[in-house]
Amino acid sequence: MITARLGHEDDFDGWREQCRGLLRLGARPADIVWQVGEQRTDLFANPESNIEAAPIGVPKGFAELSRSVICHSDPERFGLLYQLLIDLKARKRHMGDRADPLLRKLDVMAKTVRRDIHKMRAFVRFRRIEQDGDEHFVAWFEPEHHIVRTNASFFVRRFAGMRWSILTPKLSIHWDKDRLLEGPAAQKEDAPTEDAIEEQWKTYYGSIFNPARLKVKAMLKEMPKKYWHNMPETALVSELIQSARNRELAMIEKETAAPVADTLNSLHAEAARCRRCPLFGPATQIVFGEGPERARLMFVGEQPGDQEDMQGQPFVGPAGQIFNAALREAGIDRAQVYVTNAVKHFKFKQEGKRRIHDRPNVGEINHCRWWLKREIEMVQPDLIVALGATAARSLTGHNVAVTPNRGHILESIEGVPVLVTIHPSYLLRLPDAEAAARERQNFVADLSQALDRIGTIQTATA
Amino acid sequence: MSFSWSEYGKWQMRCKPHVSAKVHGNSGLTSPPTFKLKTIFLSRIDTASSRTYTEHMSQLQISEKLAILADAAKYDASCASSGTSKRSSSKSGGIGSTEGMGICHAYAPDGRCISLLKILLTNSCIFDCHYCINRKSSNVRRARFTPKEVVDLTLNFYKRNYIEGLFLSSGIIKSSNYTMEQIVEVARSLREDHDFRGYIHLKTIPDADPELLEAAGRHADRLSINVELPTRAGLQKLAPEKSEERIEGAMGGLKESILDGRDAKKKYRSAPNFAPAGQSTQMIVGADSATDSDIVRRANGLYDRFGLRRVYYSAFSPIPDASAVLPVQRPPLMREHRLYQSDWLLRFYGFAPQEVVDAADADGMLPLDIDPKLAWALKHRAHFPLDVNSAPKAMLWRVPGLGTKAVDAIVKARRWRRLRLEDVGRLTVSIAKIRPFITAEGWSPGALTDMEHLRASVAPKVHQLELFA
Repeated sequence: MITARLGHEDDFDGWREQCRGLLRLGARPADIVWQVGEQRTDLFANPESNIEAAPIGVPKGFAELSRSVICHSDPERFGLLYQLLIDLKARKRHMGDRADPLLRKLDVMAKTVRRDIHKMRAFVRFRRIEQDGDEHFVAWFEPEHHIVRTNASFFVRRFAGMRWSILTPKLSIHWDKDRLLEGPAAQKEDAPTEDAIEEQWKTYYGSIFNPARLKVKAMLKEMPKKYWHNMPETALVSELIQSARNRELAMIEKETAAPVADTLNSLHAEAARCRRCPLFGPATQIVFGEGPERARLMFVGEQPGDQEDMQGQPFVGPAGQIFNAALREAGIDRAQVYVTNAVKHFKFKQEGKRRIHDRPNVGEINHCRWWLKREIEMVQPDLIVALGATAARSLTGHNVAVTPNRGHILESIEGVPVLVTIHPSYLLRLPDAEAAARERQNFVADLSQALDRIGTIQTATA
Repeated sequence: MSFSWSEYGKWQMRCKPHVSAKVHGNSGLTSPPTFKLKTIFLSRIDTASSRTYTEHMSQLQISEKLAILADAAKYDASCASSGTSKRSSSKSGGIGSTEGMGICHAYAPDGRCISLLKILLTNSCIFDCHYCINRKSSNVRRARFTPKEVVDLTLNFYKRNYIEGLFLSSGIIKSSNYTMEQIVEVARSLREDHDFRGYIHLKTIPDADPELLEAAGRHADRLSINVELPTRAGLQKLAPEKSEERIEGAMGGLKESILDGRDAKKKYRSAPNFAPAGQSTQMIVGADSATDSDIVRRANGLYDRFGLRRVYYSAFSPIPDASAVLPVQRPPLMREHRLYQSDWLLRFYGFAPQEVVDAADADGMLPLDIDPKLAWALKHRAHFPLDVNSAPKAMLWRVPGLGTKAVDAIVKARRWRRLRLEDVGRLTVSIAKIRPFITAEGWSPGALTDMEHLRASVAPKVHQLELFA
């Protein structure tokens, strides 16, 4: 086991020197313990062997890669780089082969380091203090990797005419307009806590933000929260997001804030703008309920069909014809009852030129329940007839099998009695004429039962 | 070890010339540091408390004006600070540097980068362009900075490392020449009075005298003139006082000066700079009826004819106090994004404009749910799958999901190994999208490439609700 010591975390020169010696010894990566300490002990400064560690030839791109990787905080980095160096020498790996797993890993590490370097350049925030009439700019920064020394020259190039200090938890660097100095680790409290110009900067940050577009994820990707606590402008972020959201809510409210509908007509108009589920898209129009403002009997079907969708009225297609005839037979005047559907938009599958009925799913039924509830509240029926399973599901809030419950009275979510029967389109689908006639009689019987229950469909005129 | 100021003496002993002190030139000197850290903390009193009332009031005024004039500038999409010559202040002892690559110093919640102090000198304007919040007939609060105020603001922000430089634009007051003079004065003062070497982008007024444009080019890194709208008809309708001839004439003039400047620089190092970061332009998307195909063709023409560095697309934002000529609906933000992607295809991926137009639907609009490269690939499945181990670079650029960097890495790596699917996976962000379009060692997509539902299987699944749709 060999211990290779380095002067500091990003001691590239030290690492390179150690490698020269280690290569000469033929040391295997597994035999080396890399240690970062106060002093760099040179294993190979052996007075007896006077051989200078010869410079090692490395392929193009290796120096650049290793200079970046050395700054990474992963303690494995020295060993990984040494492994790569050995493999390159043995021609087991090639710098050009970036699909190689080890090279890929080191590439990713180098990229992380370069990003940290870039973010430090971007997110260091100086605060100005005065000192003997001269100004001094001090920043507190917490980098993720060991990049401060590497990055110092950038700040010198940029702020040559200023005195500045960058304090970090590992070390501090200082520029006196003439020389760059390195000092020990610092703490956040060592840096100034405010700067009058920050208010102007925040004003700018808040004003340049365009509240019409909110892309918080895009912001977080480039300005991760870990950097926020040293950037004064980030104090505004949540407020700005909130105000943009409020703006959105205000706009939505403005659109829908028309006085709450108090007649069936205005409720119809409100529902015409419904975007609760995607069914509004392909449908021609909404098919809302029809009937008097107050009715003792209410019929709820499944959803409009092709004809209904075109005409905008419920139960006007083939099933509607059967429904009308059955009502007449049962002695019910359709003009005096309220007729509507559980789902108000036509859901279909396009097959060539034909639009084939597609059964609404529970989500769609639930979204549309809002409108059915408002209809029930306004019409105040004594009894609701659920035509088919979808209607029964919508009214009661749970799945209801039609056949066993047929002719039974259940209760709607609002507490209104619900009589369950088939949907008239069921009669259209029966192939056997005899069965169809029998079922039709049963359907008429169910409607008669409904009428019997409420006694009369006439509303008491107030 | 924690940093204690009572240990100042000890700290000073430990202070040593930094490894990169050689940047300064007189390395090897061991004179004691002139820098006295102790005093920092004795004088760590906030300057705000000692400011006079007048100073305080003028600061307040600046903030108010800043709020108005930054707000007015936010409809300009560009904030780039890249592509200029490398400069530093280490020899001059001044302030500022440019590194070639731009730096985004902050990001706003709208997802956009803040690199430059982007403001208007004034938002008063004698023009009445309908899409513009600052038009004459608009009812916004007006404000105006003096050139000195802009200079001070820029330096104050720059010294605190908030910005890369200044992007100055202006409404037109009095005359085009008068306005341009004021803009140039800001840049001149920054460069000459303050030895400022950061980035300067000046919005140029097409009708100003050529001498003023020359002066602007000497001080600025980048100049830009907005073409405003993708079609001539749109410009006539929405910006009746502007003309395509004058705008393009001025862009042509800038192109000449930029090329001349570059030539001179090659011959004489001391030749004056002329806009080393070139010129750019911006068009507003969704304010007129131009389709994406129109826009792609127009952008390509602009790149060709005027050697532009960038064309920016700005989705028309519903502005307060909007003109009645404008559409009420804003275009989806995604449209702007797709246009930028198509712009990239033209500039970096070897696509001809007609090929990008091919990716658009029959109505001339690029699909919003998938990116234009994927749209193109789905329409040209006969080109795929491509063998990553042999396909030429220019064809690999066409594989959806492969960026230029990944293609470079693939081309390099395949000299050393037969690439398998997992090798490609290591070089890219996501292999799922790429898989149907490539073959690799041990991988053939089989019927995947011809699958009817390929679009559905590679298109992104999550749909974000459009804000303010």
